[in-house]
Amino acid sequence: MIHHDHDDHDHDQHDHDHKHAHAPPHKDHDTGPVGAYELLEEAVRSLLIEKGVLTAQEIAAQVDLMDSRSPALGAKVVAKAWVDADFKKRLLADTRSALAEVGIDIGTLADYRTVENVPGTHNVVVCTLCSCYPKLLLGIPPAWYKSLAYRSRVVVDPRGVLEEFGVELPEGTEVRVHDSTADLRYLVLPMRPKATRGWSEADLATLVTRDCMIGTAVPVVAKGKRRAA
Amino acid sequence: MVARQGKLQATAQSGSRFAPGEAVRVAERPALGHCRTPWYLRGKTGVVASVQGIFRNPERLAYHQPGLPKRVLYKVRFEQAAIWDDYRGHAGDHLEADIYEHWLEPGKAR
Repeated sequence: MIHHDHDDHDHDQHDHDHKHAHAPPHKDHDTGPVGAYELLEEAVRSLLIEKGVLTAQEIAAQVDLMDSRSPALGAKVVAKAWVDADFKKRLLADTRSALAEVGIDIGTLADYRTVENVPGTHNVVVCTLCSCYPKLLLGIPPAWYKSLAYRSRVVVDPRGVLEEFGVELPEGTEVRVHDSTADLRYLVLPMRPKATRGWSEADLATLVTRDCMIGTAVPVVAKGKRRAA
Repeated sequence: MVARQGKLQATAQSGSRFAPGEAVRVAERPALGHCRTPWYLRGKTGVVASVQGIFRNPERLAYHQPGLPKRVLYKVRFEQAAIWDDYRGHAGDHLEADIYEHWLEPGKAR
């Protein structure tokens, strides 16, 4: 190691870095015994690499791609739909091409649909069968979205669940639950808050949280952020 | 029902058995293995909200088969009260799910 300026140090660390074969990367939280699924994943992964089906680089690139996706991507799309009525129309009619317009490729594994919250209708998304989620637009889903509690309760008692999330809906609003049971992923297009007249697209995007696009939240303008119209 | 039809997507997929606005019942039958028709909707009646397109059959795809013939997929809208006897929400609340054509049969409008 170049930064060592004296050599009376224990050199174990140095030797370790250079002589050991690189073991498969382990996660930081991996302090307990390896679970059956982790072993299975490791076995399948190394077989795929050994048999030349995939390369380690391809796997790493895919992990990087997934990591690059976050709710910020979806928020950008929502903010654009708020300021550009034509884009919103295209997003609702053909989500895939509208996303492509703004440089977002949602791949070929599943198609996407956008459901719009309007006065009188609030949409919320779930996957009761597993955990289908618009990953290529919102990134990795939160743990609660995959939990049995959310998946089983939001279809039976959506209003109770929304209340727990702190969502208050105006009187007379219909709650519409979307169970993503097939090859379609759902994005909720929330309503633009009233107090945002004249806001830039970038400022608007900051209001659009992940949960707003699942339907378990609605965009809120913090009191201090309100501006004169 | 008639009043609500205006809100449903008007276009139908060619070759689809059901059209938007039509009442459909989810078949009440068991399935072995992978199946994307949730249990809680089996035997329930809803209305076709839109035709989503045609897709490979997930019940075959799950077993490394090509998933052919492709199946028409529908977005079916159910009144919550039609799914749950003790639904606690409002009468106007709905649930929508994507159901493949081979799981749907003509339903009687409620």
